[in-house]
Amino acid sequence: MKRLLPRILMAPSIITLFLWMIVPLVMSIYFSVIHYNLMQPERVGFVGLANFEYFITDPSFITATVNTLLLLGTVIVITVVFGTMIALLTDSPFPGRNIVRVLLISPFFVMPTVNALLWKNMMMHPIYGILAQVWMFFGATPVDWLTDWPLWSVIVIVSWQWLPFATLIFVTSLQSMDREQLEASRMDGANYLQQLRYLYLPHMARSVAVVVMIEMIFLLSIFAEIYTTTGGGPGDASTNMAFMIFKQALLNFDAGVASAGALFAVVLANIAAVFLIRMVGKNLDK
Amino acid sequence: MTQLQINMAVQVLRTMLAWATALLLFFPLGWLVLTAFKTELQAISVPPLFFFKPTLENFSIVQERSDYMLYAQNSLITSVASTALGLALAFPAAYSMVFFSGKHTKDILMWMLSTKMMPAVGALVPIYVIAQVSGLLDSRTALIIIFTLSNLPIMVWMLYSHLKEIPGEILEASRMDGATLWQEFRLVLLPLTMGGLASTGLLCLVLSWNEAFWSLNLTAAKAGTLAALIAQYSSPEGLFWAKLSAASFMAIGPIVVFGWFSQKQLVQGLTFGAVK
Amino acid sequence: MAYLQLRGIEKSFGEARVIKGVDLEIKQGEFVVFVGPSGCGKSTLLRLIAGLEVATAGSIILEGRDITNQPSSKRDLAMVFQSYALYPHMSVYENMSFALKLAKADPAVIKDKVGRAAKILNLNDYLQRTPKELSGGQRQRVAIGRAIVRAPKVFLFDEPLSNLDAALRGQTRIEIAKLHRDLGATTIYVTHDQVEAMTLADRVVVLRDGLVEQVGTPLELYDRPANQFVAQFIGTPRMNVISAAKIPSFGKDSKIKVPDGWFVGLRPENVKLVPENEGHFRAKVELVEALGAETLIYVSTEQGAQLVARQTDRTHLVVDAKVGVQIDTATAHFFDALGRIAHINHSNVAEEKV
Repeated sequence: MKRLLPRILMAPSIITLFLWMIVPLVMSIYFSVIHYNLMQPERVGFVGLANFEYFITDPSFITATVNTLLLLGTVIVITVVFGTMIALLTDSPFPGRNIVRVLLISPFFVMPTVNALLWKNMMMHPIYGILAQVWMFFGATPVDWLTDWPLWSVIVIVSWQWLPFATLIFVTSLQSMDREQLEASRMDGANYLQQLRYLYLPHMARSVAVVVMIEMIFLLSIFAEIYTTTGGGPGDASTNMAFMIFKQALLNFDAGVASAGALFAVVLANIAAVFLIRMVGKNLDK
Repeated sequence: MTQLQINMAVQVLRTMLAWATALLLFFPLGWLVLTAFKTELQAISVPPLFFFKPTLENFSIVQERSDYMLYAQNSLITSVASTALGLALAFPAAYSMVFFSGKHTKDILMWMLSTKMMPAVGALVPIYVIAQVSGLLDSRTALIIIFTLSNLPIMVWMLYSHLKEIPGEILEASRMDGATLWQEFRLVLLPLTMGGLASTGLLCLVLSWNEAFWSLNLTAAKAGTLAALIAQYSSPEGLFWAKLSAASFMAIGPIVVFGWFSQKQLVQGLTFGAVK
Repeated sequence: MAYLQLRGIEKSFGEARVIKGVDLEIKQGEFVVFVGPSGCGKSTLLRLIAGLEVATAGSIILEGRDITNQPSSKRDLAMVFQSYALYPHMSVYENMSFALKLAKADPAVIKDKVGRAAKILNLNDYLQRTPKELSGGQRQRVAIGRAIVRAPKVFLFDEPLSNLDAALRGQTRIEIAKLHRDLGATTIYVTHDQVEAMTLADRVVVLRDGLVEQVGTPLELYDRPANQFVAQFIGTPRMNVISAAKIPSFGKDSKIKVPDGWFVGLRPENVKLVPENEGHFRAKVELVEALGAETLIYVSTEQGAQLVARQTDRTHLVVDAKVGVQIDTATAHFFDALGRIAHINHSNVAEEKV
């Protein structure tokens, strides 16, 4: 009885998660090596690695891969750098700190589609948008962000949403800093920049790593923002891997190629995951 | 200047900078809220209008659209149901891992974490096919199941951390007082876990409500959530910004407020406890 | 017949053997203290009695019934935890009445019993408060009250005073002693503090490394320790134990012959400091601690032995002063190379106690 109870308690979660993990994976592998069009489900046939080849030789593949990495890398850099700065700025108490924190964290809880349209219309619209009006205020011609700089616009939209996340993580991490260590360093004659370099940043290194890993996992699949604003365009200028797979799957209805692409994305994600798991595992031991 | 004066000046500067940054970053959201109360013409006015007579007409127009209520209902149902289902699955598992911990417990937790690592797009085709074949396309059931499974690892993890913090000695004391396992659970453990259940549930609610990937891909007219509805405004005709803002405001309002209260849980949950 | 009996108790956690074989008999109404250094297994032993751990071998018999395999909830024992383990979501009253509620006692009876316990412990004003609104000392009394209300067969205390500050500790120690006198309940009390052991116990069980070193009344342990470990564990400051080699003879009084490799144990109060040329051997003062009611003087001998002498008089001695050391050989203890106690036979030779 003593052994049975825990197993019964854990079984539902473990079984469902197992299925959730295995079934799509196996199916993806299966689909990736056959020809399967969702509109014509009867015509199936084994095609070996042809799907992979097709996916990789797609003219947009390189662009999509580059865009994915660019998107990922830039958002990470922006959120980490500014997140750190904001966290350090709000670390010591000041009047209204709680309100400031609430203001800073709000964007993260906005629905991605709302976020996308908010920027597309009210901020980035070339005539009526706020940015356009600011540009005009300074006498410059407004920029048509989504048309001329599609990828960068998406980067801005996504960064705005994820900056609070990074900031919040860093704020939490800073709170656990050893105050006595800081005081000791002050007695040793360290100024703020030295404290930054030798105390603050090393302490935050771990949370930075976590933020980078988590963002890598979530940002690889940026989809809703692209879907709602640029539709991947113009052309494939703002198409990333996820969007390309989506196009294959639900616009071309080619499940085979889409699955091949999906496996590609999964491998990418897993590489990031390995590092994150190791880090979390170390924390579990505490 | 004395050191004290320098410190004060720095402090003032920091405060001003912090406020400026916060206001700047919050501005788009604030602008959205303001626009919700404008007329369409006011919404696109050049230069932008900060002072105006607010109107509630947008809210009523949006609500009259029959599908708005439907979408809102879908969001509500899918979020609440997936949260409830998730808690029902996660709580026993977390309980078992904390109080009946074995040598595989850590591995199982790690494995659960790893299932969250797969990008949603990786499962798009298979899930779509399954949904299609089982007639669950454009159904709330499909969304509920997917949301539950997507959030399950986070929920297990959060409940695990929370339960771990309950001092084992309190449960031992109840045993010494003569409580059976069930009494120990019902009279001591459960009351102490309420907080953890609430915050885990809140986080899951937020994540499900905002979920866009599956909502956009698996639903159409019947089971669409608010995320999908808003996406439809992507390129409509005519003036729509004020209405869009009103609709958005209603869609995100409660969640943003929930978010303000669940900051700590968010950190714990989304980083799987890697950052304390 | 013993009220509580432990027979051949062993406990291992995986590979680690924590309790290696303990036999113990406890009489009804006795106050027994388990004492020993960290890791000796005293808390584990207590938890085995409580039923919070299951013994790997051996049996526990309470009032003639074998309870070895009974769960805690059925043993009718009450435990006061080191961290008090109060139910945070319940008031003091609910904490104290929980066990009775579980036993489906009559609410009027519960009220009466809780009321009486609260009166003894001065908790009447706090009955409606929750634990977080109480101070450390108050929480501790609630923990004790929770145990008293149940009138169990045995009270178990797991280092209850270690989370209190020094002043409160002394006070609570006295209250616990008074409680035992008034209630007369069988009590097992675990502590690492030998002062608590000496003052509270009817009998003391000294544990080391999962084994019982000695059982006896506090003064028995003090005057007749069974080995060097017990001798040095009981008594503050520690008994001076010096290698016999460092006292080749007792100077003028060389009647005692101590084999090589053996040790001599001297309680500080039996070490007298006299003018340099008197006494059994010479030493130099290292440190003087004037505590007011007594004075401790630390000296080191020419052969490098370190001794502490205790006297009730104030002293004029200062650091580096040269003194003579006089030993009361009648009260000296002798230990062989393995730390076992020895005695002096008729020919004044120290030999092992058989």
